[in-house]
Amino acid sequence: MSTHTFKVNGETVTVDVEDDVRMLWVLRDVLGITGPKYGCGINVCKACTSHVNGKAFNPCSVPVGAISESDEITTIEGLADGEELHPMQQAWIDNDVAQCGYCQPGQIMAAVALVKRCEAEGREIDDEALDEIRNICRCGTYNRIREAIKAGAGAM
Amino acid sequence: MPAHRASAPERRSPGRSHVSRRRFLGYLVAAPTLVVAAEVGRQAVFDSTPVANAAAIPSPPLPGEVYDLLDVIRDAARPTANLIRIEVERDGTVSFALPRSDNGQGIITSTQMIIAEEMNLDPDQVVVTLADARPELVFNQLTGGSSTTFSTYTPIRVAAALAQGRLLDAAAAELGQDKSVLTSRTGLITGMNGEELPFGELTELAASPVDEAVDVALKPREEFSVIGTPRTKSDARAMVTGKKKFLTDMQVPDALPTVICRGPNLNSAPQGVNNIDEVRTMPGVTDVEQVRTGVAVRAVTYGQAVDAVNALDVDWDGGTVEGENDESVLEKVRAGELPLAVPQTPGTTVEGDFVFYFRSNSALETNCAIADVRDGSAEIWGPSKSPIAAQADIAQDLGLPQNAVTVHVTEGGGSFGRRLFYDALPEAAEASRAMGKPVKLMWTRADDSRQGRVHPMATCRVRAQVTGESVSSFEIRHTSVASELNPGLSEAITAAANKAPLGNLTIAQSIYITTQTNPYNVGVATSLLNEVDMRFNTCSMRNIYSPDTATARELMIDKVAAELGKDPYEFRSEFVKLDRFKKVVDRAAQEADWGRTMPEGMAQGIAIHQEYKGIACAVVELDCRPETVNREIRSARTGPRVTKVTYVVDVGLVINPRGLEAQMMGGINDGIAMTLTSGLHLEDGHFVEASWDNYFYTRQWNTPPEMNIVLIEDSEAPEPGGAGEFGVAATCGAVACAYARATGTVPEYFPILHKEPLPFEPYPTVPPIPPSPTNGLEMAR
Repeated sequence: MSTHTFKVNGETVTVDVEDDVRMLWVLRDVLGITGPKYGCGINVCKACTSHVNGKAFNPCSVPVGAISESDEITTIEGLADGEELHPMQQAWIDNDVAQCGYCQPGQIMAAVALVKRCEAEGREIDDEALDEIRNICRCGTYNRIREAIKAGAGAM
Repeated sequence: MPAHRASAPERRSPGRSHVSRRRFLGYLVAAPTLVVAAEVGRQAVFDSTPVANAAAIPSPPLPGEVYDLLDVIRDAARPTANLIRIEVERDGTVSFALPRSDNGQGIITSTQMIIAEEMNLDPDQVVVTLADARPELVFNQLTGGSSTTFSTYTPIRVAAALAQGRLLDAAAAELGQDKSVLTSRTGLITGMNGEELPFGELTELAASPVDEAVDVALKPREEFSVIGTPRTKSDARAMVTGKKKFLTDMQVPDALPTVICRGPNLNSAPQGVNNIDEVRTMPGVTDVEQVRTGVAVRAVTYGQAVDAVNALDVDWDGGTVEGENDESVLEKVRAGELPLAVPQTPGTTVEGDFVFYFRSNSALETNCAIADVRDGSAEIWGPSKSPIAAQADIAQDLGLPQNAVTVHVTEGGGSFGRRLFYDALPEAAEASRAMGKPVKLMWTRADDSRQGRVHPMATCRVRAQVTGESVSSFEIRHTSVASELNPGLSEAITAAANKAPLGNLTIAQSIYITTQTNPYNVGVATSLLNEVDMRFNTCSMRNIYSPDTATARELMIDKVAAELGKDPYEFRSEFVKLDRFKKVVDRAAQEADWGRTMPEGMAQGIAIHQEYKGIACAVVELDCRPETVNREIRSARTGPRVTKVTYVVDVGLVINPRGLEAQMMGGINDGIAMTLTSGLHLEDGHFVEASWDNYFYTRQWNTPPEMNIVLIEDSEAPEPGGAGEFGVAATCGAVACAYARATGTVPEYFPILHKEPLPFEPYPTVPPIPPSPTNGLEMAR
């Protein structure tokens, strides 16, 4: 066992766990932060999508040993500003996107990162950009996700 | 309580002349606060005198058109439906424990709406939870066959209306005013001088000291202000903030992550472990025990449990389908095919023969359960759609009386048929007993994909006889690897089977007959099922037979139309049985701009499906041009793309249009996957696909950029029908028909891309779980 210190959702935490345990399990099983979901464990389904230093990443594929003290991780729990929802979360509610809701924390985190990336690259949120999203929704909410991202992007 | 309904003289209500104020019996339940219950007797609400459409050769109805699966499930539920109870709490909220399972279909929200309507509340004031397994409910705790709203709509309304009446009576007595001058809104009853009495203050006054049957009238439909209005899901905020708790998010003391090491072939059973003590000392591992389906590992984190599972050296048997592959199974299915009838009339024979390969109904949340087995009792948590059957199974396994096992129903992360079964619940109980500790058991994705339940391989053969300007016969023969039916469902169906006008049949045949319909006037229409038992783990998958039979039927309808020189839309509009169907077909064609010019390699396809008291028509546009089909995306199936879907659906009374539209959307995306991309390949006794980069459910790059779902909100059908599965079958048919029209080739097997080279290297079967990558930070973007 070894000690790891980093920031999650604005708070500095220290965990005592083997280096090779993936961040998904450190978040869920050690820290009890359960917004990021398990859907495959091999960086395919993207249900665990969260942010590291503002970029989308999949904690199922990052050993805790690879995270340094200066790294800031944001999960869905840290996206809102207190009670004030992030515009993307609000767009998700306005479009009644979620059905079972299992994949949606990852979808929202991926959407926020996509919008930021497109903005940085000077691209529109068009069908081509939306087709790049790899997150699976087994309930098939894709079409409302597309609508919500366009609305959320406008409000970000 | 007596199982009868008080009949009352019918009277005409002003707005809708064909709707009568029928009266029902509700029950006051002795309690310190107001508790009401309800049951319903048989209601013949579905008009059995349909208005005929075309002058084609009329087909007598198939049994499923007069008495369908929804009727079977509702009738089976009747004897215990009186146990549906609504309680008015002292804090003024109204609570109801729904004896169903919500996996995202939105039934909690629609149930809130139904209660709010009768009690003049805001739906947020109604607290709906999922009931624990209640064996006394017998058949009435099964979520399946798209039956929830259809079965519970009236009993819930009766109880809610009774509660509203009692609260008004109590307020009238308290205020010394006549009941007719009082108004009830958002949980406040207001008197003639503006006095306000909240439900919370009235509940004790309204309570009954004894059980009592009471005559109840329901709110007339023209006064509805909640039902039929769009409403966002009540847990939408919890879902977008990560607060909604699924099974593995729950914290039950000492229930540590547990994973089972499973064998290389389907249903391989363990024959011994060679390094169990060594694995027990691995980091984080607390317990390793052999169980019936493999070797269970309990650890501090799931990651450590997975590492330990992959380190195990286990001897396995060959499983239940050793050496079998897609084509060897198909041969066995072929051997079980029933003959088609010889046409009795002259004319042209049109034939088709279609193969449907295995498909996975795996949800995004894998199979999972928490179990805490102690001496003499067990407590189980799981997202089960048939918790009573699970409870009985677990009690039998543990040698406990059924009432010593508590099964809590948790909200599930998707179902699609998968959670009609409860495979993880008895496994968790077995592991907990073996380890003497609570466990939180989760199947890995590879387990869920390779060992989980599948939609069975099937063939569907169709023969139609075209005589002159009409169709004189239309025969369907469906032959399938046996569909395993859940014990809860089986119980309900067995009990109801003899009541249905179809004689003594097997359970599968009963379901086939009560779900299969032919919406067209095509002369003598028959539809028969035969099954071949091969010991696969099978299950329905957002419908049991219909997506396949609809695909076959609709492709053949296009062929028949061509034989008659008719356009696919015109044939359907002319030959559908009922005016109600014709309206839906015509609306779809109009909304979709049917017949518009498209580039070569693109085409529209149209298909209809009738089931669950409803009718749906899909029009899709499919792009089969090489530049689209061959577009490359990493670890993905691309292929033909559906660019637009128009979906018109009449399911009868619409409770929540926003929720109904969501169900159609999901069904459409399922139908696209089933027809084009999502198949399982059986090779040498095991399924090849181990994750979402192998099994190609619809992704953003497959979903139609344009989708237009039209709900018929003034349906002539008086009650809500089924919705959960109703988006799938018509979509499958329309995509298949569009493919045939775009390419000039009628597909003969599904998914259409099943035999294309696999765009992935299969994961090994030993060790069973693909290891997690370590390069996640490099891929951050």
